[in-house]
Amino acid sequence: MLNIKNLQAKVGEKQILNGINLNVHAGEVHAIMGPNGSGKSTLASVLAGREDFEVTGGEVDFLGKNLLELEPEDRAREGIFMAFQYPVEIPGVSTINFMKTAINQIREYRGQGSLDAVSFLQLMKEKMKLVEIDQSLLNRSLNEGFSGGEKKRNEIFQMAMLEPKLAILDETDSGLDIDALRIVANGVNTLRTKNNAIIVVTHYQRLLEYIVPDYVHVLYKGKIVKSGTKELALELEAKGYDWIKSEVSVA
Amino acid sequence: MNTAVSHDLVKEIIGSLDGAKLTAGAASRQQALNTLEKSGLPGAKHEEYRFTPITRFLEKNFTGPASATPSLPSVDEFLINNLEANVLTFVNGQFTPVFSKIISPELTVTPLSEAITRQNPLVERYFQKILETESDPFALLNTACWQEGLVLHVPEHTSVDKPVLILYVNDATSGQVLSHTRILAVIETGSFLSVIEKSDSVGTNPVFHTLSEEWVVKENSHLEYCKIQNDSGKICQVSNTVIHQADSSLLNTFTLTLDGQLIRNNLKILIDGEQCESHFYGLYLLTGNTLADNHTVVDHRKPNSFSNELYKGVMDGHAKGVFNGKIFVRPHAQKTNAFQSNRNILVSDTATINTKPQLEIWADDVKCSHGCTSGQLDEEAMFYLRSRGIAESSAKALLLYAFAAEVLAPIQNETLKTYLDTLIANRLNKNF
Repeated sequence: MLNIKNLQAKVGEKQILNGINLNVHAGEVHAIMGPNGSGKSTLASVLAGREDFEVTGGEVDFLGKNLLELEPEDRAREGIFMAFQYPVEIPGVSTINFMKTAINQIREYRGQGSLDAVSFLQLMKEKMKLVEIDQSLLNRSLNEGFSGGEKKRNEIFQMAMLEPKLAILDETDSGLDIDALRIVANGVNTLRTKNNAIIVVTHYQRLLEYIVPDYVHVLYKGKIVKSGTKELALELEAKGYDWIKSEVSVA
Repeated sequence: MNTAVSHDLVKEIIGSLDGAKLTAGAASRQQALNTLEKSGLPGAKHEEYRFTPITRFLEKNFTGPASATPSLPSVDEFLINNLEANVLTFVNGQFTPVFSKIISPELTVTPLSEAITRQNPLVERYFQKILETESDPFALLNTACWQEGLVLHVPEHTSVDKPVLILYVNDATSGQVLSHTRILAVIETGSFLSVIEKSDSVGTNPVFHTLSEEWVVKENSHLEYCKIQNDSGKICQVSNTVIHQADSSLLNTFTLTLDGQLIRNNLKILIDGEQCESHFYGLYLLTGNTLADNHTVVDHRKPNSFSNELYKGVMDGHAKGVFNGKIFVRPHAQKTNAFQSNRNILVSDTATINTKPQLEIWADDVKCSHGCTSGQLDEEAMFYLRSRGIAESSAKALLLYAFAAEVLAPIQNETLKTYLDTLIANRLNKNF
């Protein structure tokens, strides 16, 4: 589904990604872990199309398309979704209106007609249950005055509405208490199918207790330095990142 | 001041009007003219008109004394759909009864010239006493050469349930148009009035319109005042509007500027009572070469009142926005609460905004604040919307609309609100 080859990117003059290679197939969950500043969030942002980053080399193929050539909205329409680490507050735009616009533009791109008001409401009600989010929250301005947990639940609600083929969760666990973490993870697990894939970007193993990954990759200095299964995450939790750092410097 | 040129201009403007008709209030006209001949029209160095070159516009666009003869068969296209309203129409500066109708019997409307001739007590008491003629060069010009005006009166303890729509239509099909109009309105104790002013022009020749307005809002009364400037003609409009508030009165104003060449709104609120409340909102969404200048004054003359001002602007193309907000709190106006905010978004690199708050506070026990911002659209918000599949143009429209629509919140009349909302959505291309 997603095929990343030797991806390099910088922000300003600072090189952050130094040749990432990663293959993700439908039905898989990949965790990207690593110490602060290793490039985890940059990788997520580059895949979603954030313009602050300049891709300086490499290729990204998503379902046969050159992802790096697509505008952020077209990436979303092709099936990519990034749950933001810091969801943006947008006064005056309600989540409901925003989602209606998004869904209809995605449907138009895919040659489908707009959802009528009744079908949209039905879809929304169904997805709201999934992340235990209240409609009054969705009537309010997008993320404005939301708690940390509400913002993250709103991200997963949007993911549920848009049904992406590839979801990238960027530090979705940050700022969540254990109850919110459980709700968010349950939502993600319910959305997990054999046809879609998920990349979980996280600093801690905590989230991976709930969203169990098939593969774990360790990112360090802009490169994947170690890959393994979920046991690798446990090892990192026990030993910290220092042993990875020393292993890399020895090599 | 650029007086040499503007002296001739003043003569030309006055000469182009039919002097025989300008007889009502002859003494004050002559006095204004004498002052104007000394001071001239404001040039580029005039402090209050630094960014707004009205005199230059007049010099460039108005040649010769010819003025257009209106030939409009109807003004229906300028009405607001589904709005049940009293309609008062001026065409090229003249009140036009055939295009007007009064459906609220409790409202009295008299042409100003007639009210002056018949020594109407409202005129004796208030006319030219609320708006200081010498406060602005175009108020002087208007005083010297107003063609017609209206006196509106709402008796005590009366709620006029249908709004009043004042239409200023300028027909510039056959030539340039100069129109100078006036309003004097008195809302007596415990009454309510809602007013909508709207300007439109037809034809491609230049239009110069000055309007001077005096609004008297008595004790416990409530005025809703909405001004819509969406005139696609080659119009330069200068309004001088003064609203006088007595004890416990409530005022809501909303000024929407979307189109026109050169628009200058001088809006002054005199809070001359205690326990008054004034909300004034403004929105200017400008494109092309439009210049819109809002000069507002809130003058707190008595203690214990509240004023809140919010003006917002979005400038695209080569548009220019100007905002100047003065707040005066007089020495004995203790316990005043006065807030002001002006927020702007520049969409293009060639658009500009000049914004200046001016607070003069002589009382010491007050709460006052002001703030102004100008910037671009929030890039992080743009990316967030786009990352959900929303096109860049739609994301921009969505954000600008959300920014703008906030000022519509206080509008009470749902039909009017829908109309304004549609104007705003269309201007910002939010057609989804």
